[in-house]
Amino acid sequence: MIEAKALTRYFDRLLAVDNISFKVEPGCVLGFLGPNGAGKSTTMKMLTGFLAPSSGSAIINGHDIVSDSLQARRQIGYLPEGAPLYGEMTVLEFLDFIARARGFGGAEVRRKALAAADRLELAGVLQQTIETLSKGFKRRVGLAQAILHDPRVLILDEPTDGLDPNQKHHVRELIRSMSENRIIIVSTHILEEVDALCNRAMIIARGRVVADDTPAGLITRSRYHNAVTLKLGDLRAAASVLSKLPGVARVEISDDELTLFPHAQKQLLSAVTASIDKHGWAVDSIRLEEGRLDEVFRDITRGEPAHKEAA
Amino acid sequence: MNTTIAGVRTIMQRELRAYFSTPVAWVFIVIFTVMAAAFTFYLGGFYQRGIADLEPFFRFHPWLYLFLVPALSMRLWAEERKSGTIELLLTLPVTLVEAIVGKFLAAWLFLGLALLLTVPIWFSVNYLGAPDNGVILAAYIGSWLMAGAFLAIGSCISALTRNQVVAFILSVVVCFGFLLSGLPIVLEAFRGWLPQVFVDGIANLSLISHFADISRGVLDLRDLVFFLLVIGFWLTANAIVLQLRKAD
Repeated sequence: MIEAKALTRYFDRLLAVDNISFKVEPGCVLGFLGPNGAGKSTTMKMLTGFLAPSSGSAIINGHDIVSDSLQARRQIGYLPEGAPLYGEMTVLEFLDFIARARGFGGAEVRRKALAAADRLELAGVLQQTIETLSKGFKRRVGLAQAILHDPRVLILDEPTDGLDPNQKHHVRELIRSMSENRIIIVSTHILEEVDALCNRAMIIARGRVVADDTPAGLITRSRYHNAVTLKLGDLRAAASVLSKLPGVARVEISDDELTLFPHAQKQLLSAVTASIDKHGWAVDSIRLEEGRLDEVFRDITRGEPAHKEAA
Repeated sequence: MNTTIAGVRTIMQRELRAYFSTPVAWVFIVIFTVMAAAFTFYLGGFYQRGIADLEPFFRFHPWLYLFLVPALSMRLWAEERKSGTIELLLTLPVTLVEAIVGKFLAAWLFLGLALLLTVPIWFSVNYLGAPDNGVILAAYIGSWLMAGAFLAIGSCISALTRNQVVAFILSVVVCFGFLLSGLPIVLEAFRGWLPQVFVDGIANLSLISHFADISRGVLDLRDLVFFLLVIGFWLTANAIVLQLRKAD
């Protein structure tokens, strides 16, 4: 278990992380979500023992990151932002080094290195110098070093940043495959990643936790949650009719689409389809909105609703 | 802290491997040996003196180290900072002391190797005459210790910046200061306004004067302790710098 207790960090007089507390249980894939510079990386750097907190602390599986730093670090596999690696080493040399630094000795060193390489499908590039590898492979080497000692806690700072869509997909698959019985903390500013990967999301802005929920829970905060969007020929006429339906709070027209927003807890879809049938409109498409995470994200992180200009 | 030999060795091995998997090692060794020989024969007048010793060889070591050691030490921490691997390194279960000592020892052993490769000149002088080999051995030890002192200074300064060029220049300047502090011209400048105790102190900090003692064949315990203290002091400063400025 990880328990962060009032973690705070100043850089000179700039407050980067402001009194963050949370608990994470095994099995949880926690997404740190936030704009750049919100304090995600700084929080991770404190959890992994790289930076000392200005005040507060955190306990990693019973080991305090300040007073018992070495033991705490043993619990953790960490992929720092940008996946820094010793470029002049070969993949195998590098993983051997990590295994030794992790305290393995003798034949165990090579066994652990090969097992980690195997897990990340690095068998074909073991003898290659790291700096000659593609970005996707480098990231995999970074992940291999993080999981080499089979840690109970994985902390991954923007693991998919800068990868192409296929590589992103691959890395997400890997993270998902490792999530059982582990604690995984992933930071990202890619919203769909949280949805695809995490079962808990913390939005961090200006050094504070401003939301802590499941991704599904976050989506329901969107004003688009359960809204209905239509595409059809005469938007204006349809809008004036549909706006009178019971349960419709508001109608918005954007480009060639029309969106109906429900009053809280109301479902609109069946009433809308009935109305379409009744008037015999030729509808190009109709969809029920789940909610828009990017909008929730903007709302929360900017501290003001993103839709003021509408209405 | 739980500093272990195994931890130091792991870091040291990685560093040494890094020297030899890049051109750094080969360039350094070639330049060091060629320049050491050139200084000895051309500037030192090895043959002309007609004396069977290695004084003309060792006399130039401080000046050789002045530029070559910072060239080696500049990357020690600045490169880790620049590439971000410092974060990888210091979040492994390796203590700061293990990391600093491991890196320092790797570089120091490497300098020792470069020094060992100048041994043919020792053979030559034995072939040409009958030198005092005890003096030469002492001078080799002294030279290596002095290199270690330069290296510790360079390591600490390298931890201050992520820019290797800055690390190099600052290290050269600081090492230059420590070299010169024993020369009469510097001491004269201080003598006018500083009490004698301080002037003696400054003179005592000079790497050259301690090296000169050893290279005359006087392996005084005080000189050994001096070099080890200088190394210890700068590596401690190195740890403090890293602790304070890790994130920059």
